Amino acid sequence: MRKITAEIAVVGAGPAGLCAALEARLAGADVVLIDENRLPGGQLFKQIHKFFGSKEHRAGVRGFAIGQELLAQVSDSGARVLLDSLVYGIQPDKSMGLLTAGENCLLLAEKIIIASGAKENYTPFPGSTLPGVMGAGAAQTMINVNRVLPGARVVMVGSGNVGLIVSYQLLQAGAEVVAVVEGAPRIGGYGVHAGKLRRAGVPFYLGHTISRAYGDDGVRHVEIARLDERWNPVPGSEFTLDADTICLAVGLNPMTELVWMAGCQFDYIPALGGHVPLHDRNMETTVRGLYVAGDVTGVEEASSAMEEGKLAGVAAAEALGYLDARAAKEKKAEIEARLNRLRSGLFGEKRREAKETQLAAMQRARESEKEVV
Amino acid sequence: MPEGVVYTGIPSREELAACPGIPTEARMARGRVAVIECVQEIPCNPCESACRFGAIEIGEQLTALPRLDGEKCTGCGLCVALCPGLAITIVDKSFSATESTVDFPFEYLPLPGEGDTVDACSRAGETVCPARVVAVKKSPAYAGTAVVSIRVPTAFADEVRTMRRLPRREEDI
Ligand SMILES: Cc1cc2nc3c(=O)[nH]c(=O)nc-3n(C[C@H](O)[C@H](O)[C@H](O)COP(=O)(O)OP(=O)(O)OC[C@H]3O[C@@H](n4cnc5c(N)ncnc54)[C@H](O)[C@@H]3O)c2cc1C
Ligand code: SF4
Ligand code: SF4
Repeated sequence: MRKITAEIAVVGAGPAGLCAALEARLAGADVVLIDENRLPGGQLFKQIHKFFGSKEHRAGVRGFAIGQELLAQVSDSGARVLLDSLVYGIQPDKSMGLLTAGENCLLLAEKIIIASGAKENYTPFPGSTLPGVMGAGAAQTMINVNRVLPGARVVMVGSGNVGLIVSYQLLQAGAEVVAVVEGAPRIGGYGVHAGKLRRAGVPFYLGHTISRAYGDDGVRHVEIARLDERWNPVPGSEFTLDADTICLAVGLNPMTELVWMAGCQFDYIPALGGHVPLHDRNMETTVRGLYVAGDVTGVEEASSAMEEGKLAGVAAAEALGYLDARAAKEKKAEIEARLNRLRSGLFGEKRREAKETQLAAMQRARESEKEVV
Repeated sequence: MPEGVVYTGIPSREELAACPGIPTEARMARGRVAVIECVQEIPCNPCESACRFGAIEIGEQLTALPRLDGEKCTGCGLCVALCPGLAITIVDKSFSATESTVDFPFEYLPLPGEGDTVDACSRAGETVCPARVVAVKKSPAYAGTAVVSIRVPTAFADEVRTMRRLPRREEDI
C-alpha cells in the first residue's frame, strides 16, 4: 500500500481546516490537507450570503469568496492539498486509511488535526420519507452549487440561522417559501435574517410543527399543527398548506466518527450539538498529538471555526518545534481574545459557557489520567 | 402574537425607539441619513468599517449595537449594501414638500428600472402604497447587492422598508 507521510495531516478543508493548514505551514511545518469534496471550503462554498462576524473574520464578504481567498493562501503556502480524498479510518496508533485518486493509501503524520465539520439533524414525521423532504443544507447545495431549484413551494422547518438563511436563498433562487415552521415560541436565529423573510411576505408559524405530509408521488400537502406548552400537537388546530418541498433545518451535530475511532474522550453538551470531543486550550484531545477544530468540536460558526483552526495549527507547529514557546503563546493569546469577542452577546454567551464546560471536562480527564499513571 | 423581533422578525415600536442606530426626526427632515434597525446583540460589525465618515460605532465589543452619529452621516449609502443583515435604509424626508425617499438593499432579480412604479412594502411585507423608483444603484463596492431608491409620501417614510418582489422573467432564471 502506498504511504503518504507528513508532519501534520489536516482532515477536512472547511474554514477550520484551511486555517489550521495555513498557520502550521506558515510556521514551517510540512502539511497535507485532505478533503473528500472536489472543491475545498467545506460549508463556505455554498454560502452566497455576506457573512456575519467582524471585519477581521471577513464579515460582509460572501462565504464562497472567503473560501476562495483562504484556499489561494493555502495553495501559495506550499501545503499539499488532496481533494476528492477521504480519510475513512484511524487506528489506535494514529495511522489513517486514505482513499485518494481511487487508491487506498496509508496516511502517517506526527500530528493530526481533525476539522471534519458537522452534519444535519433529521426529524421524522408521517410522510417524511416522501420525495421532496430534504435537509436545508441539501437544498442550499442544490440552489447555490448545482443551480437546481428543489421545488416551487417550500415549507421550512426550523427558524435558526440555517433555516432563515436557506429560506432567503430559496426566495432569491425563485422558489416561494410558504411557511417557516418553528416548534419553539420564538425565532431561533438572528432577527435581521428573519426580517428579510418578513419583508418578503413569508409567514412564520412559531409554536407549530409539521404533523404530516402527503401526496401521491411526493410531497403535495403539508399539515401543520399548533403545539401546547409541552410540545404536544393541539387536536383540531391543524391546517394544510400546498407545498412540494419540505426543508429540515433542525440543527447540526458534530461529525465525530474519526474522533471516536481514535479513542478520544467525549462529553454530551446539547448547546454544542450533542457529543463533542474534549479538548484543551491548544485544541488537543485526550489522545496526544490529535487536535480538533471547527464545528466538529461543537457547532458554532465559520468565524470561530477559523480561529479554532488557527489555534490548532499554531499548537501543532509548536509541538513540533517550529514555534518557540514565546511566539506561540503570543499568537494563541491573540486568537483566544478574538474567540472570546465572538462568543459574547445574546447568542454567543451560551456557547462561551458551553465551551468552558467542555474545557473543564478536559481538565478533569487530564487529571484522572495523571492519577492512573 | 407577542410583539418584538424574536417573536415576529420585526423590531417593535419600543425596540426601535430604544435603538441607537435610528437618527432623530430632525436629522431625517434635514436630508439623507442612515436608519439602522439592528436591535439584537449579535456578533457583527461590517457597517462600522463600511462607513468612511466614522458615523457608525460598535467598538471593541463586537456584539454591541451599532450607534449612529447623525451629524457625521452623509447618507452616502455604502453601509446599506454592506450590512449582511440588510438592516439599514437611507431615509430622506427633505426630498420634496410632500415626499420622502427610502433607499433599501434589494437582492432579488429582476431589478426594477428607474421611473418604474412598484409596490412599496412594510417591514411585514404588506403593500403600503405605490412608489416611483428614483434610482437603482449597483456598484462594485456593493459586492453584488443592489440599492433601490423609491419615493413615497412622507407620511409613509417610517413604514416603507422595501418593495414587492417582481415576477421572474425567463432570462433571470
Ligand atoms: C446555511 C448556513 C449558513 C451559515 N452562515 C454563516 C455565517 O453567516 N457566518 C458564519 O460565521 N458561519 C455561518 N455558517 C456556519 C459555517 O458554515 C460553519 O460553522 C463552518 O463552515 C464550520 O467550519 P468547519 O471547517 O468546522 O467545517 P465544514 O465547513 O463543514 O468543513 C468540513 C470539511 O471536512 C470534510 N470532511 C469531513 N470528514 C472528512 C473525512 N473523513 N475525509 C475527508 N474530508 C472530510 C467535509 O466534507 C467538509 O468539506 C453557516 C452554515 C450554514 C449551514
Ligand atoms: S450612509 Fe454612509 S455616511 Fe451614513 S452611516 Fe452609512 S456609510 Fe456612513
Ligand atoms: S452590519 Fe448590519 S446586522 Fe451587522 S451590526 Fe451592522 S447593522 Fe447590524
